[in-house]
Amino acid sequence: MNIRGKTHYEFKPLNVARWLIWSLFALVLAAMPLLFNSGLAITVLSQMGIAIIACLSYNMLLGQGGMLSFGHAVYTGLGAFLAMHALNSIGGGLPLPVSLVPLVGGLAGIGFAVLFGYVSTRKSGTTFAMITLGLGELVFALSLMIPEFFGGEGGVSGNRVVGPVRAGISFGPPVQVYYLIALYTFLAVAAMYAFTRTPLGRMLNAVRDNPERVEFVGYNTRMIRYIAFILAGFFAGIAGGLGALNFEIVTAEVVGAGRSGAYLLFTFLGGATFFFGPIIGGVLMVLAFVLLSEFTKAWLLYLGLIFMFMVMYAPGGISSLIMMNLRLAAYGKLRQIWVSYLALGVCALVLLAGAGAMIEMVYHLQLGSAVGSQLHFLGVSLNAASFNSWFGAGFVLLTGLGLFELTRRQFLSEWSEIQESIEKEIKRQEAL
Amino acid sequence: MEFFIISMLNGLSYGLLLFMLSSGLTLIFSMMGVLNFAHASFYMLGAYIGYTVSRFTGFWPALLLAPLLVGALGALFERLCLRRVHKFGHVPELLITFGLSYVIIELVQLVWGRIALEFRPPPVLQGPLFTLVNDAAKGLSLLWGAAPAGLCSAAEAAARVVCSPFPATRGFMMLVALVMLGAVWLLLTRTRIGLVIQAALTHPEAVEALGHNVPRVFMMVFGAGSALAGLAGVIGGSTFLTEPAMAATVGSVIFVVVVVGGMGSLSGAFLASVLIGVLQTFAVAFDYSLATLAQHLGLNLGPAAMNNSYVKLTLAQIAPILPYLFLVLILIFRPRGLLGKREG
Repeated sequence: MNIRGKTHYEFKPLNVARWLIWSLFALVLAAMPLLFNSGLAITVLSQMGIAIIACLSYNMLLGQGGMLSFGHAVYTGLGAFLAMHALNSIGGGLPLPVSLVPLVGGLAGIGFAVLFGYVSTRKSGTTFAMITLGLGELVFALSLMIPEFFGGEGGVSGNRVVGPVRAGISFGPPVQVYYLIALYTFLAVAAMYAFTRTPLGRMLNAVRDNPERVEFVGYNTRMIRYIAFILAGFFAGIAGGLGALNFEIVTAEVVGAGRSGAYLLFTFLGGATFFFGPIIGGVLMVLAFVLLSEFTKAWLLYLGLIFMFMVMYAPGGISSLIMMNLRLAAYGKLRQIWVSYLALGVCALVLLAGAGAMIEMVYHLQLGSAVGSQLHFLGVSLNAASFNSWFGAGFVLLTGLGLFELTRRQFLSEWSEIQESIEKEIKRQEAL
Repeated sequence: MEFFIISMLNGLSYGLLLFMLSSGLTLIFSMMGVLNFAHASFYMLGAYIGYTVSRFTGFWPALLLAPLLVGALGALFERLCLRRVHKFGHVPELLITFGLSYVIIELVQLVWGRIALEFRPPPVLQGPLFTLVNDAAKGLSLLWGAAPAGLCSAAEAAARVVCSPFPATRGFMMLVALVMLGAVWLLLTRTRIGLVIQAALTHPEAVEALGHNVPRVFMMVFGAGSALAGLAGVIGGSTFLTEPAMAATVGSVIFVVVVVGGMGSLSGAFLASVLIGVLQTFAVAFDYSLATLAQHLGLNLGPAAMNNSYVKLTLAQIAPILPYLFLVLILIFRPRGLLGKREG
């Protein structure tokens, strides 16, 4: 390998960039509760850590293995239930430190992934998706049928302040739980990243891209999918166990189809093609569930629309958008296009404001007609029963749509021009 | 006996409703390779649009108009969204229909609200189609329409008379499903457009080279599949409940049907829908559990074992998971499905 073939600088024996990124990640995890120290912020941060592990474990299937699963919540959920039962039996005398309870969830995840993965990884592609969907429904239906284990409608609750207190850590205050979650998040993210660099991780990518050829090389594609499925189950179970510690209650909805769908949605939104995509996805997931759902009742509609939009125009998710712009920045082209970005952003905001006002008015009519027809949207007082509000919202929407289409065309031509010039630049460098 | 016949007919009608849904799903899948995740959402949309249209025009025009509207919406979705992601591969195609299912359920709640609607079938279809009368003295007999009130109740205790009505909506559901099955079969095998569709299934390039607009054929098939789902929705919505959860209750079952029958096999989908429909209906009707089984076999379990909730679970209680258990068993013992041709 010659020097020119390298894509990045390496200083042996240390890979500086990697050390830098990982220490920065650890620093962010450690410093977040100092920056945001309200009670709400700590719970949100804890949930983000859990969601990051869950989405990354999901991406081991979707992004790295090309396995579209509709039943990932089965593994996080069952991990959560078993972790909760383990936590409750600590009070009954089980000699297990509370900090290791998430590992019980992980082991449960492995167990169920061994069991269910045997059936589901027999197939790939669409059939795999349907089997995971069926298994998810199966487990959810079972969860309502066996109240001894799943606790019926009320779920299973526990108390994490149990067992001997070590070094003053009782896991009573939420901050202590946050740091436990942060530690697990760091270790799990590192382990999952390390997995992508192993021969098995590479073969998993090969199974995704060209299973036929992998078979010819002499590997058993089903076995590779099965092992990856089990490992994903392990990390999913850890996420579930952490969730059990964090909330101290586990209800049947954690194994439900809605949860599985959310993992899929946000992993995809974050970006399945890059390792760090699901981290963005996990953060967005918690923000959407906690904050967006407070802000508007129509949040699932917005989420679905954003998702469809992303699938159509940016199938690589947010992380691919970031990487594309980093490439632009690396070639110093960002300066040429930022005006277009700004215009595009402003027009999109106008469009969204119009559409949002109309959706909110319809929702208001549907749900809150008892409170009168007045509502506040973005600081403007609207009357859902008056023609003026509707006309205004429609006008804003159409104006936004028209301007957006105009700027989009302009943007597209600039974008392809820049991409062409970058291609030329790369060719020129290669020729040197 | 009359219990068996009525349950069988109920099971068959439910199975045929499942087939109305899974046939469209299978057609779309075998043609475009897309498993339409939003198919059950189109079913729900059919019920809701049918409800609204029927308030203006009555039930019968709605039965025709609502599927056409749903089909148009499906074709529009194919043209605007699905075609755009076709080049990215099958996973994004599945994902966009997944996103659509979220959007449709939210839009339905936005427009029609979150509570169940009162979508009644027309007066002709209300009440029983026929009544099976089991008279201890005269044996089994069949009466069209409702049995006269005196017949079932007036008999003295010695001559036991049991009347089992069969709802007319169920009968109508079977009729429509069978007519639809025949029409689709005739369309696919006996008409020119059917020939083009069949050819486009296997050799899209060759069909395109012969001058047919294959993307438009795709769009029509997607629209037709959605229209079939909409038709099933109008009938299912008026027979059962028209509510926002109706897509979820039937959605996962039709995916099971498609996998069990064999991906892309229309006859397999028919067999699997009828099987699952009959299986689920009979399971709901039986109150047997492991405990009663042990009693019948003469085993004497201790009181602890008799009160164990696993032993006490009745067949009726586990009815919702039966399709999925069936799916798992099929995948273990016959991975390509009942009538599937290829290992996927």
